[in-house]
Amino acid sequence: MQVTLKVYRYNPEKDKKPHYDTFTLEADPTERVLDLMERIKGLQDGTLTFRRSCAHGVCGSDAMRINGVNRLACKTLVQDVGKKITVEPILGLPVIKDMIVDMEPFFENYRSVMPYFVNNDPPPNGERLQSPEERERFDDTTKCILCAACTTSCPSFWANGKYVGPSAIVNAHRFIFDSRDQAAKERLEILAGQFGVYRCRTIFNCTLACPREIQITKAIGEIKEAIATGNLD
Amino acid sequence: MSNQHQYEVIVVGAGGAGLMAALYASRSANTAVISKLYPTRSHTGAAQGGISAAIGNYEEDRPEWHTYDTVKGSDYLADQDTVEFMCNESPKAVYELEHMGLPFSRTPEGKIAQRPFGGHTNNETGRPVRRACYAADRTGHMILQTLYQQCIKNKVTFYDEFQVLDLLVVNGKAAGVVAIELATSEIHIFHAKAVIFATGGHGRIWEITSNAYANTGDGIAITLRRGLPAEDMEFFQFHPTGIYRLGILITEGVRGEGGVLINDKGERFMDRYAPHVKDLASRDVVSRAEYIEMKEGRGIGGKRYLYLDARPETINKYAAIDGRTNPDGTPYTITGEELLKKLPDIIDFCRTYLGVDPVTQPMPVQPTAHYAMGGIPTNIKTEVIIDENNTVMPGLYAAGEVACVSVHGANRLGTNSLVDLVVFGKHAGINAAEYARGADFEPLPADAADFARQQLDAIRHSKGDEKVYQIGLEMKQVMFDHVGVFRTEAGMTEALAKIRELKERFKHIHLEDSGTVFNTELLSAWELSNLLDLAEVTAASAVARRESRGAHAHEDYPKRDDVNWLKHTLAWLRGKDDVELRYKPVVITKYQPKERVY
Repeated sequence: MQVTLKVYRYNPEKDKKPHYDTFTLEADPTERVLDLMERIKGLQDGTLTFRRSCAHGVCGSDAMRINGVNRLACKTLVQDVGKKITVEPILGLPVIKDMIVDMEPFFENYRSVMPYFVNNDPPPNGERLQSPEERERFDDTTKCILCAACTTSCPSFWANGKYVGPSAIVNAHRFIFDSRDQAAKERLEILAGQFGVYRCRTIFNCTLACPREIQITKAIGEIKEAIATGNLD
Repeated sequence: MSNQHQYEVIVVGAGGAGLMAALYASRSANTAVISKLYPTRSHTGAAQGGISAAIGNYEEDRPEWHTYDTVKGSDYLADQDTVEFMCNESPKAVYELEHMGLPFSRTPEGKIAQRPFGGHTNNETGRPVRRACYAADRTGHMILQTLYQQCIKNKVTFYDEFQVLDLLVVNGKAAGVVAIELATSEIHIFHAKAVIFATGGHGRIWEITSNAYANTGDGIAITLRRGLPAEDMEFFQFHPTGIYRLGILITEGVRGEGGVLINDKGERFMDRYAPHVKDLASRDVVSRAEYIEMKEGRGIGGKRYLYLDARPETINKYAAIDGRTNPDGTPYTITGEELLKKLPDIIDFCRTYLGVDPVTQPMPVQPTAHYAMGGIPTNIKTEVIIDENNTVMPGLYAAGEVACVSVHGANRLGTNSLVDLVVFGKHAGINAAEYARGADFEPLPADAADFARQQLDAIRHSKGDEKVYQIGLEMKQVMFDHVGVFRTEAGMTEALAKIRELKERFKHIHLEDSGTVFNTELLSAWELSNLLDLAEVTAASAVARRESRGAHAHEDYPKRDDVNWLKHTLAWLRGKDDVELRYKPVVITKYQPKERVY
């Protein structure tokens, strides 16, 4: 089938402002949008610029707006979005060139929530024990691939980039509810602050955008509850 | 003008091996990590099924059984001293990952959960053993995330989205690297006492591959251009269960949980090829069996794929036939819900890309180019060696898939890539930092960045009508057809000639992007030049090896030949159409080569 791909273009070395280019190509309905972009770059326009790596939805490089919705280009098939496809960079982060945005503000927010395991007791010789139920408690939020699809779909983040955003909260949740971790209190203090969870207005864009199907709004709600009650159950 | 930086230890690459090296090196040495991707984009994150350690959380297991299985899996080409070291270290490494917070799946008692994997056995009964420690089917994702988290905690310095282009060698010692900053195209010189290459694999040489776009063999290409050899490049693993046409990996863990391979006649064909462990034979054996089934007309609908059937009723039927039991002796069974818990990502991949639900439908699979057993030769201390006498280049280290410490020999066992990168990544970090403590910075020449600049300028200023995309496509096709699962002398010779023709055509490529901001077209072209060099060395090493061993299945020489070929290949890229091959002996300690039967 013939597909048209309308692409947001911005080259800081040439363009005063962004514009759109339209490419036409033959595509199979089961091809990934990323496959089409690769083919355009290879055969039609070598200047088209985007990030990609694993091409199957686990590395988080190629989050972009596809027909207005945040998705991974490698996890979106042509048949999912139709013959007329528009791709644009994710919102809320500065566009550097075409699909490439500056990810530093995103990673800065991530780093601000202590996204690492803390347990200051000397470890045992073997593993620290954790029951399957305790492990299940935070399973969902271990799936995050830091693609930023959630954070850049969030109107609260668009309004204020200092808001740590759903992805950072997901990564805090992963440790707050890990029975082996000892720094839940510090993380909850950070998230109770000015740029923490209370900026979430439960709009659910993040949950809809997540390519890993993490129940993000639920995770944020659990953290709000933990802050309010001091209870991690 | 170049930007200059100085660190005692430079780590190139931020996958599992690079991050592990960085965590350890940074404890005692001023360390920086340079990565062309954001670290969490690295391909370690795509590893699924598990990391083996003989910790016996369900049943008896021993590191020496893991050692023997790895040596046997390697078709006796692995160096046995390094295998024994790795398998003895792996329990410690797995516990260490758990102590860093890695969320392993758990046994009912709260211990790390383990599952069976191909080629891992109880050496006394010959039956599959539960050795692969796992976190659902995203074990690599959890390793990568955990190590990156620990790097943040320990304030490790990163240069993200910097592509290393060259290794600096002064007075015969590693002295740093040259890199391009992708956002600006500025050249940076990193002056160092020790350099650790952890740049990963190069599966992008082949048409059907499980590998990421980023897996372009940069580390090996850089060292080849600096006159260093590459070891055992003819041994490249084809994983038997890639998603049909896409190559996306379906973990061996599916077969570990009881899934079976089925041909067009509905037969579970692996019992004809590996009567003892059947679908859990090692990967080279299973991939060859699939090729033979397809060649003899038993591919599904006569096409080039087979079914991987993990429907609970199928799993339960064959588990009963095999007499498979749970650790408590009761018959092994599984439900669709349990499958979804254990293999959520696999089920998601199949639903997304195939519209197939593995709980109710079989998955169409074919062999997919997956893993480089060969690479930059190192000794057991991860020091890079530069000749057949095991001469060390001071200050240069390599670990993970880019390296050939030779724990995988001619065929890697499933899960051992993760064991390799954690164990040898860690020791590369420790050893490089220790070396740096006793070493001085070698003075850099004024023209340190010239060789890197020349390579980029040649691409930038190339005038012709060849397209990088087209050359890449032709390389992938000829390598998949002729230097793939089965090989012939005529086919490999043709592939080598074709690669050399493509290298000539590469000199006449034309780029459209002349900019400096994220010029990914320039980067892709440079990466293709790496793949072409590696393809040439791979084909040249392969055509010379007149035997069949592990992943190198030579139809003209179908038998293993220990008299003439029980040795490692070292290949140097000397110049145009000139690959020099030399050989070095395999280290054999406890296990004399014998016939390999599964």
